[in-house]
Amino acid sequence: MKLSRRDFLKKTGLIIGTTVLTTPIISEAYTKGDDPSIYATGNKANAKVWKVYKERKEKHLPPPEEPYGILVDVSKCIGCRRCEWACNEWNQNPNKPLKEFEASVHQKHSVFDKIRRPHAGQFTVVNRYYTKEGTPVYVKRQCMHCVDPACYSACFVEAFRKTAEGPVIYNPHVCIGCRYCMVACPFDIPAYEYYDPLTPQVTKCTMCYDRVVEGKVPACVEICTAGALTFGKRSELIKLAWERILNNPGKYVPHVYGEKEVGGTSWLYISPVPFEEIGFRMDLGEKPIPEYSRSFLFTVKLFEVVAAWPLVFGAYYQISKSRKKRQSINEEKGESHGEK
Amino acid sequence: MAKNNNSWFREKILMGRTFGEFIRDNITIGNIIALIILIFGIYAMVYRLIYGLGPSTNLSDEYPWGFWIGFDILVGIALAAPGLTVGTAIHLFGIKEYHHFARPVILSSLLGYIFAVFALMFDLGRYYRVPYLIGWSWGFESILFLIGWHFFLYINISLIEFAPVLFEWLDLKRVRDFFAKLTIWATIFGVIIAGGHQSALGGLYLVVPSKLHPLWYSVLLPPFFLISAIFGGISIVIIEGTITHKAFKHQIKDFDEEDFNRKLIGLGKAAACALYIYLILKLLDFAHYEKWHHMKGFYGFWYLFELIGFVLIPALMFTSAVRNRIAWLVKLGAILTAFGVIVNRLNVSLIAYKWYVPFSQKYYPAWTEIALSAGVVTMLILTYRFVLNRMPVLYEHPKYKSEH
Repeated sequence: MKLSRRDFLKKTGLIIGTTVLTTPIISEAYTKGDDPSIYATGNKANAKVWKVYKERKEKHLPPPEEPYGILVDVSKCIGCRRCEWACNEWNQNPNKPLKEFEASVHQKHSVFDKIRRPHAGQFTVVNRYYTKEGTPVYVKRQCMHCVDPACYSACFVEAFRKTAEGPVIYNPHVCIGCRYCMVACPFDIPAYEYYDPLTPQVTKCTMCYDRVVEGKVPACVEICTAGALTFGKRSELIKLAWERILNNPGKYVPHVYGEKEVGGTSWLYISPVPFEEIGFRMDLGEKPIPEYSRSFLFTVKLFEVVAAWPLVFGAYYQISKSRKKRQSINEEKGESHGEK
Repeated sequence: MAKNNNSWFREKILMGRTFGEFIRDNITIGNIIALIILIFGIYAMVYRLIYGLGPSTNLSDEYPWGFWIGFDILVGIALAAPGLTVGTAIHLFGIKEYHHFARPVILSSLLGYIFAVFALMFDLGRYYRVPYLIGWSWGFESILFLIGWHFFLYINISLIEFAPVLFEWLDLKRVRDFFAKLTIWATIFGVIIAGGHQSALGGLYLVVPSKLHPLWYSVLLPPFFLISAIFGGISIVIIEGTITHKAFKHQIKDFDEEDFNRKLIGLGKAAACALYIYLILKLLDFAHYEKWHHMKGFYGFWYLFELIGFVLIPALMFTSAVRNRIAWLVKLGAILTAFGVIVNRLNVSLIAYKWYVPFSQKYYPAWTEIALSAGVVTMLILTYRFVLNRMPVLYEHPKYKSEH
């Protein structure tokens, strides 16, 4: 009997699933061919980053002059997926040898066949799109770290923070698991540990807050040798992006994705092909998502506090007055109230 | 002492029968069906608690909210609005002729909220942290925070409103009188709270302009949810009143069918008004945002179907029923309206949500999700019956009769 590599992997996955994880459901899911990172649990990176944030806050360490950001030059990405590997490594997510990541760009059938998204055990993915001419374009996807993040305003226990350094970070210690942040996120980034029955949490890219505060660059930026990723101050990156666009006429579409989308994001993209063609949504608008809920909350409060109280009391006053009137009329007529 | 307790239990819970008699009396086809649903529902609950959300639901990172939010919360809370509408009309606007409805209506709101929150516990990843919301970590910018607090307050308000019934049953006059005095204030507070969170449930979807189909997405989502909760709540009063007045006929001594039908028609009138207001707002929204160019394909058809089939037609049915004084048409209209609220909430939360995803990749509920919801609904109905059988909800307690 000949076992193909794929079958072999499936079978080992199944065996590992049944023996190590002891829940048969997960191994069943493996055989369905889903992304294994969906089933990851027990991520520690988000909690660690939160701890760093708390410590720095207690020490009253001064914030940087300006928030940081990362510029992605889509035209330079070669699809080596080393950033995925480095991300998993730094954040202690389930990982495989670096060679397996680097190999997929040359394989006929690889992870690139499907458009992927971040999951519980993977904070960043590189997707492949084809232009009209048939040349591949590789696009890294991760949390965009919005300037005015939707997840922050969605969360009813305030588990998210926009740090002064730029990263949007998550606090698993208060999260109840309503998953409204996932609904609200315009980029569909936060993922959930659905396969943890007792202590599931949201996971997402932290922009390596723990590295950034130490003066290092995020893990993905450090390992990128293609020059696709540039770390720096957000305002300077916007300038750099426009310089590149203007200095290379025809090479890029004249748009910096993330400069204005949903009020701006810390991650910025420039691309040689229109953004719609490489999986970006161009219909998000420039209004930050929290603005939608803020105006509503204000209206509701206004309605509840200002308008409703006098209205209701006035109505009640009127009614009790008219009721008294009616009662006295009834008494005059000699009708007793209890009779029906 | 033990004997004494036992007799109390027998008197109040078993209604004067022994345990064996009680069980024997309760073996009916309806109860057996309820038991089967409960077994599946409880299996789903246990399965969810042991294995987690992943294995027990079809939820994914793309669809973080599924049937439990769409049905149990959005539908459940909208249809638990009887207290908001009819309860308010009776207590606040002093419409005395409906006072027979006051207690069943408060009971249905109270149970509706309690069981909706109970079902929500299974959807929350870390359900045991719910108290955090009340006293530990406050997200003031969140619409969900407002809803969470309003649920908490509203359940307490409903408890106060229902407390007199409970203490009449337990025969504690002084406690009962204390709560009876609070009722009117609880009602006032309840209107504001209920109105706030019914609209806030629609407000939840204000933050997804890029994910909800433009035909359903609207700045007016909060008023849409509020008004549809009003006519949904009235419809439930009509349906539930019809059923309870049939099933518990023996409790109501001087049941006057004609008078009851007249009241149903009155409720139908109110529902029709709310439906027309809703329809006009929907049309305004449609015209103002020039949504006609979205009226194509499945979603165009589905939107039209929802608006005509579940808003316009029930409104016309109510109108005709009120003008010609036909009680059965009011009941039919109420069923259609309540069903329409279910369709609308599932449209917003599931069907029109991420409408751009091809149908093959769309979320559909797993059987465990449906079983759990069905189980919770069954529990609600059984509890409702349990209370009606024992407490003075449909009839007046002889001791407290004069105080109504």
